[in-house]
Amino acid sequence: MHPFDPRLLRRAGAVRSTLVADICFGFLATVLLLVQATLFALIVTRAFDGRPFPARALVLFATVVVVRGLLAGAFETTGRLAATRVMSELRLALVSSRLHAAPATDEPVEAGELATAAVAGVDGLEAYFGRYLPQVVLAVLVPVAVLVWTADIDPTSAVIMLVTLPLIPMFMVLIGRYTEAKTRARWDALARLSNHFLDVVRGLPTLRAFNRGAAQAERIEAVSEAYRRTTMETLRVSFLSGAVLDLAATLATALVAVTLGVRLIDGEVGLRPALTVLLLTPELYAPLRSLAAQFHVSADGLAAAERIFDLIEAPSVAEGSSAPAVTWQNVGLEDVMLANPGRGAPVLGGVDLRIDRGEVVALVGPSGAGKSTVASLLLGLRSPDRGRVVVDGADLGTLDPRRWRRQVAWLPQRPTIFRGSVRHNIALGNPRASDAEIRDASERAGFASVVEDLPEGYDSVVGEGGRELSAGETRRLALARTLVSAAPLLILDEPTANLDADSAATIATSIRAIDPSRAVLLIAHDPELALVADRVVRLADGKAVEAVERAMLP
Amino acid sequence: MSTLAELIRMGKPPKGRVALTVALGSLTVLLGVGLMSLAGYVISRAAEHPPILELTVAMVLVRACGIGRPIARYFDRLESHDLAFRVLARLRGTFFRALEPQVPARVEGYRHGDLLARMVGDVDAMQNLFLRGVTPALVAAAAGVISVVIAALFVPAAGAILAAGLLVGGICIPALAVATGGRAARGRGAVRAELTAELVDVLRGGPELLVLGADHDAVARIDALDDELAGRGRRSAFVGGVVEAMSVIVTWLTVVGVLAVCVHATEIGALNRVLVASVALLAMASFECVAPLPAAALELRETLAAGERLLDVTRRGPAVLEPAEPGELPSVTPVALEDVDFAYPSEGSWALRDVDLLVPQGRKIALVGASGSGKSTVASLLVRFIDPDQGRVTLGGADVRSLSQYDVRSRVTLDRQDAFLFATTILENVRLARAGADDTAVEVALRRAKIWEWVESLPDGWHTFVGEDGAAVSGGERRRIALARTFLADAPVVVLDEPTAHLDPPTATAIIADALAAGDGRSVLLITHRTEGLDLVDQVVTLRRGRIA
Repeated sequence: MHPFDPRLLRRAGAVRSTLVADICFGFLATVLLLVQATLFALIVTRAFDGRPFPARALVLFATVVVVRGLLAGAFETTGRLAATRVMSELRLALVSSRLHAAPATDEPVEAGELATAAVAGVDGLEAYFGRYLPQVVLAVLVPVAVLVWTADIDPTSAVIMLVTLPLIPMFMVLIGRYTEAKTRARWDALARLSNHFLDVVRGLPTLRAFNRGAAQAERIEAVSEAYRRTTMETLRVSFLSGAVLDLAATLATALVAVTLGVRLIDGEVGLRPALTVLLLTPELYAPLRSLAAQFHVSADGLAAAERIFDLIEAPSVAEGSSAPAVTWQNVGLEDVMLANPGRGAPVLGGVDLRIDRGEVVALVGPSGAGKSTVASLLLGLRSPDRGRVVVDGADLGTLDPRRWRRQVAWLPQRPTIFRGSVRHNIALGNPRASDAEIRDASERAGFASVVEDLPEGYDSVVGEGGRELSAGETRRLALARTLVSAAPLLILDEPTANLDADSAATIATSIRAIDPSRAVLLIAHDPELALVADRVVRLADGKAVEAVERAMLP
Repeated sequence: MSTLAELIRMGKPPKGRVALTVALGSLTVLLGVGLMSLAGYVISRAAEHPPILELTVAMVLVRACGIGRPIARYFDRLESHDLAFRVLARLRGTFFRALEPQVPARVEGYRHGDLLARMVGDVDAMQNLFLRGVTPALVAAAAGVISVVIAALFVPAAGAILAAGLLVGGICIPALAVATGGRAARGRGAVRAELTAELVDVLRGGPELLVLGADHDAVARIDALDDELAGRGRRSAFVGGVVEAMSVIVTWLTVVGVLAVCVHATEIGALNRVLVASVALLAMASFECVAPLPAAALELRETLAAGERLLDVTRRGPAVLEPAEPGELPSVTPVALEDVDFAYPSEGSWALRDVDLLVPQGRKIALVGASGSGKSTVASLLVRFIDPDQGRVTLGGADVRSLSQYDVRSRVTLDRQDAFLFATTILENVRLARAGADDTAVEVALRRAKIWEWVESLPDGWHTFVGEDGAAVSGGERRRIALARTFLADAPVVVLDEPTAHLDPPTATAIIADALAAGDGRSVLLITHRTEGLDLVDQVVTLRRGRIA
């Protein structure tokens, strides 16, 4: 990510006053550094001239030191405060985008990785907002201040400084170009080597089953050794830029010192200005050097921010405000077209579908035909590119999505188990459900037998950090959550995937027994399951075709 | 402290290299000290207008320090990174050797990729052990002592003040940073974990929360946690500010003190006036060696916490013990569980109870049962990943505990449901089943797994990379590659643990048929919770809640 990405700078706008304060602290601390150098030179010169003990100057020096220390502390603190606040805002923006904007596709996000980035990425952003951004300003202000101060006491040294100063950015650019090309060439190899250890540890049960576990230890050491060698080759080049910056700074200091020495002997300059300038010279280069270092530290934070930005800036769905009639009779799609960004042909290329209350409609078709996309559309999670999603003829886009969704119960293709007890997870479908209703829904979802085996029954904690459920158990728990709801529209996305024949049969029976006043959209992979439906609609090549009329069967 | 010692022992750092990095680090600091104090001397002496020749040596030395310091620093950075990677390589090896015999039985949540990633992250964090922990401390000690001695040679009182300043800067401030920052960080870890988990729920299940109308509650919880984390972030920002302020104040008050005693020393004639600036600048520059220590102390604390978690793993013993004198491998290969009880240590109930199961030589047996009925435990027992609590597991009539694990697994091979594909080529993924298998053998195995044609149709053939954990291949292809691997292993007993999980019924039927048909004279135990392929086996055994039904 570019260090001055406009999306980042926009975020910085929210903490502008903190950042301005931060820069002020940094600049004031620098000014005091100039005062300090002057006092230092004054005290040494007085002793040199044999004047009486400079008690007052020393007390003043100590005072300046304390104030500068406090300013440096304030500089550190405000920068990190700004970073904390920006990260907090980014996190909340991420949450609200996930909850209010349309997912660009139906594919799941890399939740674990992203959440970690959103929480732990703050360390990197701390370096960016707390140090890098203020340092960019200071890298301009401080050298100017040092130069002006020096010009006032010894113009010749100021000229030397002015001549050497551009060397640093120049070297930075030249070296940067050279190292970047060298480093990128090795990047792939390094990435593969660095993932090797995780790869082997993850596959260890497989390796052990083939008697190949123990042999891997040497291989790990060998690969780590290869990683070390490759990395060192890279570092040999990339540390050069730091070394050149160091060299420019120390050489300039040495140059200024030696020149001052010669000019002192000739009596062109006094001891006091000479010492002051000597102390100021390193400070001239310090902000530029720290800028380079801080940029490296910020890189991780920038990467985290970039991932979050990509998600935040997804387009949102059209939302209306009118309340849907509770007594709606049918929902459907009218000539709906929808494409996934970055894919060629649209998933849905003009689909018509109608589901009436009282019927079970099965939606079948090959993987990737857009069956789950139809569910997202009916839920108002996505908007069609063309055509309409309608409820009793009214465009879903004009309805208040919250109120519409209260009328729908949904079993997604990849259901999520939320952190909490089994009871909590089921009751999410209907917060007013009694224990008896929860048990009944579990029974119908084929999940009751799983609960019996859990040590704490309905109070067992599941989800992240709790008991791990298999894919089949997860599905049945989520189905119980869906079945406990009394919503008039049920959307069941592959309710029997990953299930054994017995559980699948239980579920098929439950679907057949759903209250006839409700409408059910049953997305099915399994042809057996589609048999429970009144009608079967086949989705293929972006079109929906009525496959079999089942209403007439006994 | 013992954690640190134990980790260092595990990392086996080459002593010569540790000494080299410490020497280079100290040299870097001392060249900086030399640059500033010599420059101070040159300028002060020049103010007495001596003949220029008298200053030539000092001027050359100033230039030498100016050139030498960045060079020393460059090699210091290189060598300390080199040491970090060497230590990491050894730690990885040592850790892996300890982990290997515990897998999968003794490592909880092994299927949970996040936990493994965290464990591997903990190992990788050890590269900071020397780089940001031990080495800076040693450099500070070495460079600090040398600076103090030099200062004391000129003015003993200046040496004493510098020593006191360096001790405060190098020990008290880092200790303060750890004490105050540590408290904030400890609680912060828990809040971070909590917030991460909540975010995972919302990111993963956002649309569901919306449809369930539970989004407001989730946002409220995240808001609260975020506030809490931001509060802790603010506190640690203040701690950081205090540490920074104290570092600056201690450094410069020491300089003021040194300056004062030097000025006094010139007044009483104990110090040449040209050396006042020199000694004071020496003190100032020497603080570079303690500057990284507060951050290093915090870093070391985190590294040690990660190290402690690793030591928890390495201190555990292997899941099963190798017999002192392994028995001879029987030539016949019926395998059996005889009256076996087994319970996982972390769970209260029996996973298996009174289980008898025989897979006669050359027969195909199916073991069926709902998830959680103990089927995979049977598989783990047969390849001796675990030992039964009661009863015994036999191979050719011999108790597997009397045989070497290598021998057992060369006779009984397990194709696990979570068969892992390594991030390498198809060829290498299959070949790992039998070291040194030639190309023909791999081709035969791929053909028998009915995936040869697909492999051949790929532009890179079997040199195609399967991606991380097989991300680049479909579920069915992945299963068949795993199956080819099992065929190549060529063991007389094959245990197939849920070979068709996550596959659609037609693919599942085809794969099971191929797996069983290619078995020829082999014994096969097919573990499944599905109905596909049950008509192809000789016998079906049902497991219900840990017991044979």
